[in-house]
Amino acid sequence: MKGLRQSSPGRLLLLVPLGYLAVFFLYPLASILNRSLVVDGWIDLGAFRAILGDSYYLGRIWFTTWQAMVSTALAVALGLPAAYLFARYEFPGKSVLKALTTVPFVMPTIVVAMGFVALLGPAGIVNNLLTAVFGLDDPPVRVMNTLAIIFMAHAFYNYSIVVRMVSSLWASLDPRVEETAAVLGAGRWRRFYHVTLPLLLPAIASATLLAFMFSFTSFGVVLVLGGPQFATLEVEIYELSAKLFRLPLAGALAVVQLAFTYLFLLLYARLQQRTAVSVELRPRAMTARHRLRVRDRVFIGAMVVYLLLLLSPLAALLVRALTVDGGFSHAHVANLFSNEHGSYFYQSPIAIAWNSVRFALATVAVSLAVGTIVAYFLARSRRGASALDALLMLPLGVSAVTLGFGFIITMNRPPIDLRGSWLILVIAHSLVAYPFVVRSLLPVMRAMNPNLREVAAMLGASPTMAFLRVDLPIIAPALVVGATFAFAVSMGEFGASLLLVRPEFTTMPVAIFRYLGLPGEANLSSALAMSSLLMVVVAAGFVLIERFRYRGAGAF
Amino acid sequence: MSKFLQVVVAVSALLTVAAVACGGDEAEPTTVPPAPTSAAADPTATTPAPSPTPSEPRELIVMTHDSFDVSEEVIREFEQANNAKVVIQKGGDAGEVLVRAILEKGNPSADLLYGVDNTYLSRALAEGIFVVYESPLLANLPSHLLFDQTFHVTPIDFAYVNLNYDKAYLAENGLEPPTTLEELTGPKWKGRLVVQHPGTSSPGLAFLIATVSYFGEDDDYDYLDFWADLRANNVLVKDGWNGAYYTDFSHYGGDRPLVVSYATSPAAEVYFSEGKYAEPPTGNVLVDKATFLQVEGVGILVGSKNVDLARRFIDFMLDTRFQEDIPSKMFVYPANSQAKTPDFFRFAEVPTTPADIGPAMIDAKRNEWIDAWIRTVLR
Repeated sequence: MKGLRQSSPGRLLLLVPLGYLAVFFLYPLASILNRSLVVDGWIDLGAFRAILGDSYYLGRIWFTTWQAMVSTALAVALGLPAAYLFARYEFPGKSVLKALTTVPFVMPTIVVAMGFVALLGPAGIVNNLLTAVFGLDDPPVRVMNTLAIIFMAHAFYNYSIVVRMVSSLWASLDPRVEETAAVLGAGRWRRFYHVTLPLLLPAIASATLLAFMFSFTSFGVVLVLGGPQFATLEVEIYELSAKLFRLPLAGALAVVQLAFTYLFLLLYARLQQRTAVSVELRPRAMTARHRLRVRDRVFIGAMVVYLLLLLSPLAALLVRALTVDGGFSHAHVANLFSNEHGSYFYQSPIAIAWNSVRFALATVAVSLAVGTIVAYFLARSRRGASALDALLMLPLGVSAVTLGFGFIITMNRPPIDLRGSWLILVIAHSLVAYPFVVRSLLPVMRAMNPNLREVAAMLGASPTMAFLRVDLPIIAPALVVGATFAFAVSMGEFGASLLLVRPEFTTMPVAIFRYLGLPGEANLSSALAMSSLLMVVVAAGFVLIERFRYRGAGAF
Repeated sequence: MSKFLQVVVAVSALLTVAAVACGGDEAEPTTVPPAPTSAAADPTATTPAPSPTPSEPRELIVMTHDSFDVSEEVIREFEQANNAKVVIQKGGDAGEVLVRAILEKGNPSADLLYGVDNTYLSRALAEGIFVVYESPLLANLPSHLLFDQTFHVTPIDFAYVNLNYDKAYLAENGLEPPTTLEELTGPKWKGRLVVQHPGTSSPGLAFLIATVSYFGEDDDYDYLDFWADLRANNVLVKDGWNGAYYTDFSHYGGDRPLVVSYATSPAAEVYFSEGKYAEPPTGNVLVDKATFLQVEGVGILVGSKNVDLARRFIDFMLDTRFQEDIPSKMFVYPANSQAKTPDFFRFAEVPTTPADIGPAMIDAKRNEWIDAWIRTVLR
């Protein structure tokens, strides 16, 4: 009886995320679909027939799915070794390196595309080197505007999800479990496959889902790096709604995309409930290897080189931003500080960076609050919660342009008139950001030994107290991962360009995009300088967020 | 104990920082002056002089696309003369902003929409989002720019979409710029052209319309035959102008010396070269009937509560002060024939015979052309 009485106010807490989802996701989405698809009170089935009866659109659905699978597999393969590095080793510069691995996630696609061109383009560093060394006439590496570069770019964007989510759980696994297996005679690979991998599976699954969702709804990467011949569903929806103004077709395709997303999410939620294993989680101070053998040092060295190589497209841009005619110069960066042409839209880079940072902090706050509550309830729920789990993840897989138009027609009159307000940005960013908090928390929350909380309850702790004293210390590293990605999502401005904001709320990706709207080298170098600033600001942000983890590392 | 306290403190600190950081400019977005934080951090923001009139300045909101730009002092002049505060909000590209205006018809988030061009004009008129206004200053515009005889949309500027070529690349490879479009399907230009998707990009659509005008729809060799040949000749399609220009155009590290851009782009290359170029590094391919005249205008949105002020703003936009600011801000030509253009605009050549297809025809055929193009080039 006592337990029941206590849980009901707890259940009320679930109304917070559900209300948020209802007002800022389901309502705008339903409104725009209603506007697009309902004719005289009836759903326009003709639009669905037109989509599902057209082999072109069926082909797009298939392409969208398989390219996301390949991209995700690549991201996991790239991310796992680095996850191991960050989970088990301490070395100088670790926090900076870790911050750098997540920088790509934030960069605007056009910037990443320019990075790949600078590195792998026909006149890029690699081709210039190869033609010079082997005396070739034509550049040998031709990957621009191919499917391969789409896979590479998706992996480049998403591998850090794998690195962070998996290393967070890996660091908490007791190495003695593996050591026991070693004593029993299991080799290195058998130990990993039979002992470590099953324990890591929930975190790998979480990261896989997020990477898959991002690749599935990919827009900019596909268009800017691949070209429209590789269009995903998201691209088709954008074209139909924003350009051709065929709202019924766009709406029908958005519903199809949503249905697929929901199926993936449901399947995933079912699987993940099955893979959850209850284990003793250890503080990371206990699990890290402190005595480094030569083999470990070689591994660390190789991994550092590997991660820096992964970052080379961005490094190529940084170099370009900091050189003038071959020599080092901060002229491009300095140009950002002067309104040489007296534009109405000019803002100092400090003001622009501060806009990005404050919107991101607000996004982190909202996402942590919403995400923690969601994860708390999902971790405790039994079978059957999959439907709710999938629903709560749905914002990840919705068409950004559809939701954007939904915002336009719903957030425009009292009581929720958010037009021109910065709040609408934070709300939109948080919808994509809180699923990261949920997905990083759930593996840890499900793995936690429920006995701990029961003991706390027996000792007289209220559920709130038990959460604060028992759960929170253990989930703290996962919270940091969630906060990191919430920050990253907001700094990167995914798909919010439709949301009209006042000129004084210009953010860094918007500023970069503006510079690239006009031809000319000064515009290009300003865009590169602003991109470099964005890299520095997000890397600093990641390091600072991470500090919350390291300071407390020894405490539990 | 210390551990969870730290996390609690961290989270609440974050919430507080966020609240403080964003709290300053909260509340009703449409009535509040610009954020104090950004104004303070912005070294060039002119502090508004104490208003000479006792009444509060009225706010006039202009909704526009991402490419819009104007000098700050020009806007300040209008504000001071009319006791107004002009807020210019950008919401995506021209197509996206128009869809937005249509979706919120009757309850607009702005008083004016700037950025409706002749490829979208009919859609805007059909949806009835604008009120009529016939500015007296229209008398200063050449008649071929008056693209809306119903006076819902007032033309402000124009531009030409055509091919640009990379001079250095052509010189290195011993190539002369093309003089016809047919040439582009030959081996000389194989794999050397990048265009934009007409379904997602305005210059892309403009170039498609130019090819329709150039080759015709029902001729023995029509525009689709041309595009089929271009496809066979390895044309590259990008979704937007900036991707094509900054990643595939050979002047910026790509391998395509021909790109669909604007007749003013070579002039912009000089203007933005920081003194590096006295002559443009790129050139215009001006083939008769294969360039597209893009006229762009502004309209007052139905539901605006500041129609009188909005009308004055349109007059202001048509007057020489604003018109002479246009070339060096947006790299398009001013519509008012009395406006002088800056010196570097001598590199912005004006095509003599652009494509001859009117807005009504474009509206009737736009989607059909795009669909046919997609089938021919992409599928």
